[in-house]
Amino acid sequence: MNAPIARLYVVVLLLFTLLIAFTSKWSVFDASELEAKTENKRPLFAQQQIARGEIRSADGELLAVSRPRGKGEAKRYVRDYPTGSLFGNPIGYDFLDFGRTGIEQSENDILVGESNEFATILEQLSGSTEEGSDLTITIDAGAQRLATEMLSAAQGTDGGALVAIEPSTGAVRAMVSTPGFDPNEIPARLEEFNNLPPGDSVLFNRATQSGYPPGSTMKVVTAAAALDSGEFTPESTVDGSDGQDISGVPLANSGGFSQNPITLTDALTNSVNTAWANVAEALGEDTMVEYMERFGFYSLPPLDYPDSQMIASGPRKSNGRLTRSAFDVGRVAIGQGGEEGQMQATVLQMATVAATVANGGKRMAPTFVQEVTDPDGRVSDELDPDEVEQVISEETAAQLTEMMTNVTEEGTASGLTLFGGSTPFAGKTGTAEIDLEGLNQPWFVMFAPADDPQIAIAATLERCQGCFGGDTAGPIATAVAEELLGQG
Amino acid sequence: MSARNRELLGLLPVAALVTAGFTAVFTAQSNNVGDLSLILGAYFLALCFAAHMFIRFRLPNADPYLFPLMALLAGIGLVMIYRIDDSLARDQANWFVLALILFAATIVFLRDYQVLERYRYVIAVAGLVLMVLPRMPLIGSQVNGAYLGVEIGPLSFQPAEFGKIAIVIFLASYLRDRREVLIVGARRFLGLTLPPLKHLGPLLVVWGAAMLSLIVIRDLGSSLMFFGGFLAVLYVATNRASFVVIGLAMFFAGVLILPHIPFIPADQVGDRIDIWLDPYQDPDNTGYQILQSMFAQADGGLFGQGIGGSLLYIPGTDTVLISAVQTDSIYALIVNELGLFGGCGVILIYALIAARGFKIAILADDGFSKLLAAGLTAVFALQAFVIIGGITRVIPLTGVTMPFVSYGGSSVVANMVLLALLLLISDRARRPKREPGGLPA
Repeated sequence: MNAPIARLYVVVLLLFTLLIAFTSKWSVFDASELEAKTENKRPLFAQQQIARGEIRSADGELLAVSRPRGKGEAKRYVRDYPTGSLFGNPIGYDFLDFGRTGIEQSENDILVGESNEFATILEQLSGSTEEGSDLTITIDAGAQRLATEMLSAAQGTDGGALVAIEPSTGAVRAMVSTPGFDPNEIPARLEEFNNLPPGDSVLFNRATQSGYPPGSTMKVVTAAAALDSGEFTPESTVDGSDGQDISGVPLANSGGFSQNPITLTDALTNSVNTAWANVAEALGEDTMVEYMERFGFYSLPPLDYPDSQMIASGPRKSNGRLTRSAFDVGRVAIGQGGEEGQMQATVLQMATVAATVANGGKRMAPTFVQEVTDPDGRVSDELDPDEVEQVISEETAAQLTEMMTNVTEEGTASGLTLFGGSTPFAGKTGTAEIDLEGLNQPWFVMFAPADDPQIAIAATLERCQGCFGGDTAGPIATAVAEELLGQG
Repeated sequence: MSARNRELLGLLPVAALVTAGFTAVFTAQSNNVGDLSLILGAYFLALCFAAHMFIRFRLPNADPYLFPLMALLAGIGLVMIYRIDDSLARDQANWFVLALILFAATIVFLRDYQVLERYRYVIAVAGLVLMVLPRMPLIGSQVNGAYLGVEIGPLSFQPAEFGKIAIVIFLASYLRDRREVLIVGARRFLGLTLPPLKHLGPLLVVWGAAMLSLIVIRDLGSSLMFFGGFLAVLYVATNRASFVVIGLAMFFAGVLILPHIPFIPADQVGDRIDIWLDPYQDPDNTGYQILQSMFAQADGGLFGQGIGGSLLYIPGTDTVLISAVQTDSIYALIVNELGLFGGCGVILIYALIAARGFKIAILADDGFSKLLAAGLTAVFALQAFVIIGGITRVIPLTGVTMPFVSYGGSSVVANMVLLALLLLISDRARRPKREPGGLPA
């Protein structure tokens, strides 16, 4: 009977080998696939046990902090947002059952503490628990608060948005979307928030996710293309008479303004629609598309923010797709456009346009990261300005700055001042018509001071009844600029 | 070196491992674990030492490696259970005391274990009764659709753990008698060697019992373990692989067909197979345990998270992430905390125990001893395979315990009795031979 006993043992060994093979499969070979399964809540749970890093504003206000709940093995951390709705949109939220959005999502690796296999083995040996790094963002809480208050106070509008960028670094100094939401309320009210109609939406970041017709602020891009392509100078003249046929349809000027010929400088100062439509038609679609692309249109902004919470700007067809051809170039040039190419831009994109001109034509990637401090208190990362490209020459930028300064001194924005008129600044108003009953999308883009720009801002109000850019969005932008410049 | 001194030496790694294990839990959870851990470790080692002294006294020639290997498994189990819940570990340590008492009683009262042959039919009936006991009204209890437990007042135990020993004893005795006729009367038919028809009856009865157990206790794992043990004893007795092939074919045919026969309540078996094939179809319910077990293994990787380092509870709750983590799923926790290496280590210990068990069967002199040792070893190894295989999705997951490692009194006590029987057989087989009527050689 000994031979079958020996063979029986071989069978047992084969069965055990099978066990080792399958254990290897789950624990090593298929491990990453299993960890990525949505059914697998382990990585999520594990992150809840890490003390997530704090988020502070550039001026030191505590914006997000993890507070411990429970004890022992059941201990976990729950996110608390001391400033409530003030930073709801840029920062987003992080809750186990409701996911993660905004900066909480895009900077997650920093906040949970970047860990590699080697570090975790060391940590296991030393018995220390994982901790995340603290993050200081570039947003100034004072400016954020002022912009939020002023946008919320605006009458006759669904909401509004404002983005302020430091031109030389791309640092986002304010990002506001109203109406906002208090991240602390997400666990109780997420479903309710999700079911709000579009106009009342609070989770939607109107600064990065909403494409609005930019109206006359788009003329800054058109002017940049005109000057930088060498086809025009600020003194070149075009036909600025009212009611010209553009793409076969008469185009009106604001207030019935009519002048032929008119210089580009004057055409910008007085925001003459027909003049800029003529310029764009002379440049052609390809040149306009080229310069839009250089300014960042047609692609997602290079911002450290979740892709799902940003959209690209540019002319969109009625099916929502971006188009690079067969659009009404004359109307796109003034931030409008017809069925086959309605111009839609985000506030972030228009702020980037202003910041690029302000920075001598150099476009910087916008960023939120001011400083990262690891759990031991060492600064492990700092704001690192990232140049995307030289969009227009320094000379063009200087010419354009002068033209835009004219706008605030004697043009459509002459009603606006900085520090009582002591600080010259560059700006451009915009009022896109949404319907014929006076429902408008008012805009203002600006940068200041004109001779040494420290801040670039774009602000808009969503579907505002009877609103004009210079009167509504303008004062909000200049107030925020004063707040940010006043500190410097 | 004498066998017993080798055994004592073999207990040294056990002592080292238990000490290291408890210290690891102690440091990992120093905030909510007292110095009880060290006391518990010392208590366990004292029990091992006492058992060793008992074996030294009663069975001086028995296999020296079996007991240390068992102690190694029990030590790993105790550390893991302690890591889950210290009060469970205290219970488990107390179960060891009872198990060692029964271990000693078995050795004392069954010194001449061949008397078991005389009572083989009584034992067979006892084994079957033990198996169906969980279906009895009032005392039976059902977990996840399978009937494996018995509850009498505050006491609960799993009679199948004892049933498997009884059935192996019966089979060893029965097949020792009939092996000759099974072999001699065999005919070849269609290339297969078939046993003579009149002796096929008892085999069909065992197959029928296995099928019936699927319907009665509704547990594929136990059924597979029993039937596998039977085939192992049958194979050793007859050396006919064809019997095993036929037996396995009949078993799997039964398992696949049974759930589809109307009016036969074997849905449970079919469900288990469905979950095994696709655990993602209902990840929060039926597939939860196997998925969580797989995820825990994935989290373990090559070296594991360290003892006390894995995520046991859903944060903020008292809910354990892996269901039945101290019993069915303990292997998942072992791989989670000790990694692939830890898992392989445990499997290696089972393989070594199987090696010693089969060695005892080979060394044994008489047919009954050989069949009994081989059968007990096979059923023990199969039990380990069934539960680890279930957790690693080699086979459908069912509710048997991981011998000596899982939490549970019945499992520890029954397997200590099994170990006692193996040591008894081994002691006799290795005893210095006496010349007929003479002095020891």
